[in-house]
Amino acid sequence: MLRKLVAVSAALLIGLSGCGSGDDDDSSSSEGPVKLRFLSLAWQKESLTANRELVDKWNAEHPDIQVEYVQGDWNSVHDQLLTSFEGGDAPDIFQYESAAIGEFAKQGYLADLSSLVSSDLKGEISDGIWKTVTFDGKVAGVPFLLESQVVLANKKLLDAAGITVPAAGQSWTWDEFQANAQKLTKSGTYGVAWALKSPTNRVMNLSLNFDGKFFYTDGSKTEVKVGDAEKEIPRRIHDMIYVTKSASPDAVGMGGTDPLPGFFAGKYAMLPGGVFLRQQMVEQAPAGFEWVTLPPIKGLSANQAANPQTLSISEDSKGKKQAMQFVEYFLNPANMARLAQGDWLVPTGKKAGEELITSTGGKQGWDVAVASAGDLTIAPFQTVDGYPEWKTKYATPALQQYFANKITLDQLGTQLVDGGKQVLR
Amino acid sequence: MRASRLARTLQYGALAVYMVFLGFPLVWMLSTSFKPPREMVEIHPTLIPHNPTLDNYVAAFTEQELGRAALNSLQVSLSSAVLTVLVALPAAYALARFKTKLGTAALGWVLLSQLFPFVLLVIPLFLILRQVDLVNTHAGLILVYVVWALPFALWMLQGFVRNIPRELEEAAAVDGATRLQVLRRVVAPLLAPGVVATSLFAFISAWNEFFFALVLLKSPDLATLPVTLARFVGVEGIARLGPLAAGSLLATIPSLIFFAFLQRRLTSGSLAGAVKG
Repeated sequence: MLRKLVAVSAALLIGLSGCGSGDDDDSSSSEGPVKLRFLSLAWQKESLTANRELVDKWNAEHPDIQVEYVQGDWNSVHDQLLTSFEGGDAPDIFQYESAAIGEFAKQGYLADLSSLVSSDLKGEISDGIWKTVTFDGKVAGVPFLLESQVVLANKKLLDAAGITVPAAGQSWTWDEFQANAQKLTKSGTYGVAWALKSPTNRVMNLSLNFDGKFFYTDGSKTEVKVGDAEKEIPRRIHDMIYVTKSASPDAVGMGGTDPLPGFFAGKYAMLPGGVFLRQQMVEQAPAGFEWVTLPPIKGLSANQAANPQTLSISEDSKGKKQAMQFVEYFLNPANMARLAQGDWLVPTGKKAGEELITSTGGKQGWDVAVASAGDLTIAPFQTVDGYPEWKTKYATPALQQYFANKITLDQLGTQLVDGGKQVLR
Repeated sequence: MRASRLARTLQYGALAVYMVFLGFPLVWMLSTSFKPPREMVEIHPTLIPHNPTLDNYVAAFTEQELGRAALNSLQVSLSSAVLTVLVALPAAYALARFKTKLGTAALGWVLLSQLFPFVLLVIPLFLILRQVDLVNTHAGLILVYVVWALPFALWMLQGFVRNIPRELEEAAAVDGATRLQVLRRVVAPLLAPGVVATSLFAFISAWNEFFFALVLLKSPDLATLPVTLARFVGVEGIARLGPLAAGSLLATIPSLIFFAFLQRRLTSGSLAGAVKG
């Protein structure tokens, strides 16, 4: 029997030489169509379909610029890109996010798009968003999808408590939000579930509401400061859990989608989270469950940090101009609207937003989602080199302890500042 | 007698508990693969879906080319397993039977090579493979897997060789068998369980490997199963659980068949009483 197995595998091995080689020819240097490889990170069903159809359509209309669609995944894309840049075999065009491409841009792996982007596309996207992809004056990618923090709520519980749903653009203040959470808290139901397993990004994002910057740069020196502005958001969340008890202490250790079963079962009336959670509502909410999307909460402003998904072009690509042509096509208002809809995220382009409102009628929270794009901007933490290290080593453990009621707000502040001193030397 | 029966019962009890412990995730995956999206977020999840559906399987197959990925994986893993054993077998025999000063050093080196984390190796390896045009080919990937599995396979096999009493070979030689005959008639049959165990090891490590396959294979047509399945996982730990469970479940089937096929050979004990104490 073993002998048979050996024979079979030998046959397979011989077969390999025939079918095992992919095309690795050097696209544009010779005659014939320019070949471009596009690494996409789409993974939702609708967004996958949209991506594939757009690429197919492009290929049919542009016989001289052929794009190969390659699907990657979010968890391994960083290592994949890093090795392919080092090995000199990077995709021509790739999808990623602004927080991550700065590192690649600084190492010279990415083409500077500032002279390649058309004025049309440039004008569609706000300056605050362009800033998140600009490093040392070079544009490292085209931002196209945004995630904003909104609040999903159980409509029946809101109605029962006599709370009216605010319209898009009519945000509640934090005080109103906290008061309403209190009203919604009854036996067996908490007003809010704050899922705080990975608290740092969320606290950094929301702290912009009160102008909490955390990172302060003076000349070439950056340091972490935790003053009253920075303490607002942590204190308010902590109070809801431990002082007014309007937020569930069980949810503190949960990740983004973990509170969903409790939310659907009526254990939590409101669920702050990213706009993409709306998809889970559509797909997974039990029959008869009514949900609404509340606009982002506001403090001094409703500002939040923007970490847009991006399309970048490799410095080594032999068809940068052609790649940019494809990106321009891929992100024209109609296509960008379709991609945003497929991923349940907010498009960066103004016209794409309008188009999305028209095509969806603003339903399923699209009115709120599109309106929130105006509040998204660059935050200080996004430009700090040591941020990822500070976040993992110091900020996340400290915030977790604070939200578990194990340290005080002042201790939290000290730990964040001390961590900053270690990382930002 | 009664005590031993009790001990036996306890043994089987413990074994059963262990089997449940090992099997439960698989059963849960099976259950998830038949659940519609709504049932995955129930506050009291059930093992048996209320409204079982095949949608997840349909989605898994229509969105990703799982069939082709499975074939790719099978080809790569089988080839790696066979090549690994073919290379390791003679080397293991030589290491175990012929005493040279190099032998100990070689075994030490083999162990040492296991200490390198592969993230350190992947970029140099990529560059080398690129020079010989083996990037983006299954042949290149197989080469990497063989090299990767070889040290441990060698170590494993030489242990099996060592366990075969030298006296058996000597006895055969005394009876007039030539060296080749000794190897074929005496050593080979006794070594079969070792060969099976080693090829299982090489097969499984290639079957499950993700990172090299991701980095070395660029064309979607060549992708292996782990890389294809990873596409059902999205941002921030959110995954499309249904299709992922369906795909993963199907992905375990070929390796289960391979195991069933080989495990009958995995019996040792044929040496008992071969040499009189």
